[in-house]
Amino acid sequence: MQSHSALARSLAEPVHTPMSTPLSFLSDYLTASLRLSVPLAFAALGGLFSERSGVLNIGLEGMLLTGAFVSAATTFASGSVWVGTLAAVGAGGLVGVLHAYLSVTLRVDQLVSGLAINLSAAGLTAFGSRLVFNTATTQRLPGIGPIAIPGLSQIPILGSLLFNQDLMVYVLLLLIPLITYFLFRTSLGLTLRAVGEYPHAADTAGIQVALVRYVSVTWSGCLAALGGTYLVLVHVKFFTEGMSAGKGFIALAALIFGRWHPVGTVLACFLFGATEALQLRIQAFNLNIPYQFLVMLPYLIALLALVGLAGRSTPPAALGVPYVKESSEE
Amino acid sequence: MELQPSHSMKLTVARLLPIVPPTIAIAAALLVGAGLIAIAGVSPVKAYSVLFSEALANYYGLANTLTKMAPLLLTSLGVLVALKAGQFNIGGEGQIYMGGLGSALIGLYVHGLPGFIHIPLALLGGFLLGALWGLIPGYLKAVQGVNEVITTLLLNYIAQNLISYLVSDKGPMIERGAPSPFSPTIDPTAQLPILLPQTQTHAGILVGLLATVVLWFVFAQTPWGYQIEAVGQNPIAARYAGISVHRTIMAVMALAGGLAGLAGAGEVMGLKYRLFENFSPGYGFDAIAIAFLSRGNLAGVALISLFFGALRSGANVMQRSAGVPVTVVYAIQGLTVLFIAISLVLERRITLKRQQSTVSS
Repeated sequence: MQSHSALARSLAEPVHTPMSTPLSFLSDYLTASLRLSVPLAFAALGGLFSERSGVLNIGLEGMLLTGAFVSAATTFASGSVWVGTLAAVGAGGLVGVLHAYLSVTLRVDQLVSGLAINLSAAGLTAFGSRLVFNTATTQRLPGIGPIAIPGLSQIPILGSLLFNQDLMVYVLLLLIPLITYFLFRTSLGLTLRAVGEYPHAADTAGIQVALVRYVSVTWSGCLAALGGTYLVLVHVKFFTEGMSAGKGFIALAALIFGRWHPVGTVLACFLFGATEALQLRIQAFNLNIPYQFLVMLPYLIALLALVGLAGRSTPPAALGVPYVKESSEE
Repeated sequence: MELQPSHSMKLTVARLLPIVPPTIAIAAALLVGAGLIAIAGVSPVKAYSVLFSEALANYYGLANTLTKMAPLLLTSLGVLVALKAGQFNIGGEGQIYMGGLGSALIGLYVHGLPGFIHIPLALLGGFLLGALWGLIPGYLKAVQGVNEVITTLLLNYIAQNLISYLVSDKGPMIERGAPSPFSPTIDPTAQLPILLPQTQTHAGILVGLLATVVLWFVFAQTPWGYQIEAVGQNPIAARYAGISVHRTIMAVMALAGGLAGLAGAGEVMGLKYRLFENFSPGYGFDAIAIAFLSRGNLAGVALISLFFGALRSGANVMQRSAGVPVTVVYAIQGLTVLFIAISLVLERRITLKRQQSTVSS
């Protein structure tokens, strides 16, 4: 937590000067908004899978942090960002399996399970980072760079926003229609949603509720870990303790704000990302606003979004309710 | 069962049973911690013996443990009270910051009071601002149905940054010419007395123990305590029994915030005598683990707070003399929550099986 304001300041990437044109300012601003919303969007889409299948996922924060740490540590050790990314996705999946084991198999209260994951991840990654980086914490890791798509990247504003990004942004942009299609147009997607809405009916129809939930929660961990990977390998290129700084919770707010729909959820993430980018722009403009208020802004907006939406965003009907097979022994 | 244990033996066993899961959880977490210490290249036996002997077996170490126990105890009571009403208060950290602010305001800007009025007034200031920080999510949960886990967590960041601002070079509370972000010292009349000579152990620990006793009385003896537990166990039944669930949730969350606020007040009034930026090292998160491990038992909260205080106090010495990073303690603390969740489920299954076998036999 403590490191957050320093982190936010170090994030003030392409520092914008007030001298440039309004058009390039807008372009810079939108690009920064997108980049800041990517970790949130990966985590929120992860949350979407878990919660659509009926498993509450407060543990997104811990999964994101795990992804951040593992990507940093393995990239540091191997020198390859792709090894780092793959390892992070694997580790996130393992944390997902743990959450599924606790909440689906053991039927631990899903809030408790998520909290246990967050607290364990915070402690273990803090310890791990001392061990792996030792005194090298300030050493910058190799990062994932942008790949400009020829032609398209020359379009004003949209070009630099959508077509001069790194691979992970392209993956995210592809995931949005893919996930939407999967959830609402395929029978597997229907299966997943059925498990989250009416597990009894799904069970009667021969669907293995527990299996669907396991897969969804595991995949949820993979995606959230990708968010952490982006944070490390694209944003800051090093790992600091607690660097997830509540992003998993903001992603949850975005999920509620986006009404558990992929498009709405990612748009909500973009809104939160834009708030954070605004914060960094204002700091760069050196307006006389204390930076603490600006750092607060994304949390405040997330809070206000939750309040404004209260009662109007309906979660999946079976969210948070463990499913007990009627024929089982207990 | 062939053997018929005596009645008194059965009673002792039944009474000791609830402490089995937390004990197993702590032991398992310490075991994983031992593995981590070994990975760090240090003998776990050596590291743990340094940690616990330094934290508990000498005067200064024990004093340090008690100093850290005070905020842990008060914040954990806050988490526990909320938990009794079925609310997950993840906002202890923010409530500590607001409590620190409340007490600092009274300690800094109210003058000319005798200590026996100034101290309680400053504590009240801390309680009230902490309570406000608990009431906000309480209101949102009770009236609007907004998940309190997310709101309390978001409010942590808002509180922490608010305090940062207040004592920063642009803020109104910074001491003139201060080298780092902190306020001037509070009036001596608002400072908590030191209990153990030549140490930092201040009267905050007494506030914590007093709060523990008061809460024990509330839950054991008053209808309000009963109402809280009724709301926590079955809000729908509680409503049919004529209990206002909304009001209970709001009151409990305010009380929870107030208790954590007292923890923050103690840090300002007894330890630092100033409001510092980032003055809590994460006590609000330790408190979650402590409350879960205690299983709702108030004496348990006090004992586990002492244990967690010892971990934090001994860890520094362990880092200096054995070279194991302090962060191993955070890992251990986080893992206790994981293991308590698992062991409680296993306990429930075992008792369930036993009941079934008694019924069928």
